[in-house]
Amino acid sequence: MQNVTKIGLNYTGTQMSPKDCERQVRASMEVQPDFTGDERNIAILRSTTIAEADAIGSVPIPGSAKGMVITGLSKLAGQSPEVLIDKLGERLAFERGGTRLYEALIAKVESIPDTSPEMLGRLKHFHDEEASHFKLVARALEKLGADPTAMTPGADVSGVTAIGVLQVISDPRTNLAQSLNALLTAELADNAGWELLIDLANAGGHANLAESCGQALAEEQVHLETVRGWLKSELMSQL
Amino acid sequence: MDTLTKLLDAKGCPLDMQKFTWREMAAKPISKLDDDAFTRVRVILMNGIEVDALRLKNIGARFHGALRLPLAQVRRSEQHQATMINWLVSADHSPLETTIAYEQVAIEVTAAVAQSEPDPYQAQTYRFGLLEDFDHLYRYSAMLDRLEGKDANNILQGYTDIIPSRPTPEHHRAPEDDLRESYRRESAALITKIHAAMITAAEYQTHDYYMNVGPTFADPVARQLYAEIASVEEQHVSQYGSLQDPEETFLEKWLIHEAMEAYNYYGCVEQESNPRIKAIWERFLDYELGHLNLVCELFKQHERRDPQEVLGGTLPKMVEFKSQRDFVRKVLADEIDLRAKGTRFVPKREEGAVSLEYRKQLNSAGSAAQSASAGYQWTPGTELQRKAS
Repeated sequence: MQNVTKIGLNYTGTQMSPKDCERQVRASMEVQPDFTGDERNIAILRSTTIAEADAIGSVPIPGSAKGMVITGLSKLAGQSPEVLIDKLGERLAFERGGTRLYEALIAKVESIPDTSPEMLGRLKHFHDEEASHFKLVARALEKLGADPTAMTPGADVSGVTAIGVLQVISDPRTNLAQSLNALLTAELADNAGWELLIDLANAGGHANLAESCGQALAEEQVHLETVRGWLKSELMSQL
Repeated sequence: MDTLTKLLDAKGCPLDMQKFTWREMAAKPISKLDDDAFTRVRVILMNGIEVDALRLKNIGARFHGALRLPLAQVRRSEQHQATMINWLVSADHSPLETTIAYEQVAIEVTAAVAQSEPDPYQAQTYRFGLLEDFDHLYRYSAMLDRLEGKDANNILQGYTDIIPSRPTPEHHRAPEDDLRESYRRESAALITKIHAAMITAAEYQTHDYYMNVGPTFADPVARQLYAEIASVEEQHVSQYGSLQDPEETFLEKWLIHEAMEAYNYYGCVEQESNPRIKAIWERFLDYELGHLNLVCELFKQHERRDPQEVLGGTLPKMVEFKSQRDFVRKVLADEIDLRAKGTRFVPKREEGAVSLEYRKQLNSAGSAAQSASAGYQWTPGTELQRKAS
């Protein structure tokens, strides 16, 4: 089994250096803080800068006025169409990134000698579904007259959110359980993201979009439950 | 091996035999959890030294056309040495955790240098700077705890205390108070020259790291904290850089730098606990001896001087990579209230008006070092551990 979690010489805790730590604690008691206050001082500075901050960015102006009039945004007049476009942009980015996450995980799983072919096959299937969800959202954006190649604020922020998950899965040192745990984080957010998008599409009068998103959600629910099951089974096998 | 003369006798690995592959340059990193903190200290120090080797040689090439080719040839090897070393820092270090490690390097290595430095003024300068880096560690530890919810001691591993020192908001000085008297090239001991070159290199790296990672933080307090401490690190580079004699020729400085690199690799080889990393230090010591011998030949050729004029004398005591807790606590108790005035160190009450005015203006809209660490008392397991009990 690849890099199974084991007992070893982990130096990070105080129990590994009790004498040094005792002196550290004594030093902390002897030399008191030189500035009064607590973590609320950080909150004050944060509040000041939040009040002055610019936005991350904007939702781009639809490039195709024709498409906008025919199929999409005209229906949303007065309902802030940029909210739906931003959320679609976020979904697009998430699915595109998710496809790459599965590629990184598949490479890791393929390197584990005793991996089941069934698991590998399902991972590849999930990978393909993530890619098809990306295309589904891209088409939806085009129908609304929006630009699927633009990075919306939601897409940008979801990319920042995903950095940790990507760092875990792409690290050669992390084992299958650690990688699945990171993937579970992504799949949980993915499921919630599709549910929210369906609600927004319905509220905006886009029943067709909501329906196609429903199909994607059903597939994502399978991803979520499967990943959850793999993680549990992997950890149980290490007990 | 008692003297650098003997070290020089070893020809090392010839430059054209110094080969690398991308694969080995980006090889397996150290473990944040299972490697000793001093392995990481050595990795960070040696990367700083290699990057400074590139810096010195690139600037030298702007002034010395005849040396451009050998400079470029040595730089190529050092570029790849630096890569192989710096890529040892594993990806699970957050930038703030790496920052804690950088400050540990600054504290433990400068404290060791301050104790083995024979020139009293230079030693005083190291102690002065040491207390400021010691304070930076405390401010960054508070930031790590209060931003990421992590304990800085997971990085420090019990070797280094986390307490306030000379407060960071008081480090900001006018440039005229950051320059120091330089050693004299004719009379200074080789170890003095080596110390000045290595600590300047280490501080330069720290400055550049903070300048690079500071803007990658989203949190406004962290952004300001890095801005504030990066400025102090630039002061430190000014301070330590001015310890070197400006009358030295470029080739003399190059020679000292190569000797300093070999000296440090030798110390790393002697003390490294991780066998895989030790093999890297051994290989690079051999490479540095190759560089040193090449520069000795250039020195003879271009300056018509004997390298022994620069490298002669006894081999200085190696830097001790170990906790310098007792020394740091003594310096803290004795010298926390020292301030710089011109090139002198004076009691706090004698600090000059120029620096006081400079500081007042910079701190007029607040200091992130103060905000981040207000009331912070390090506790094993983070301050939440103490508050919850």
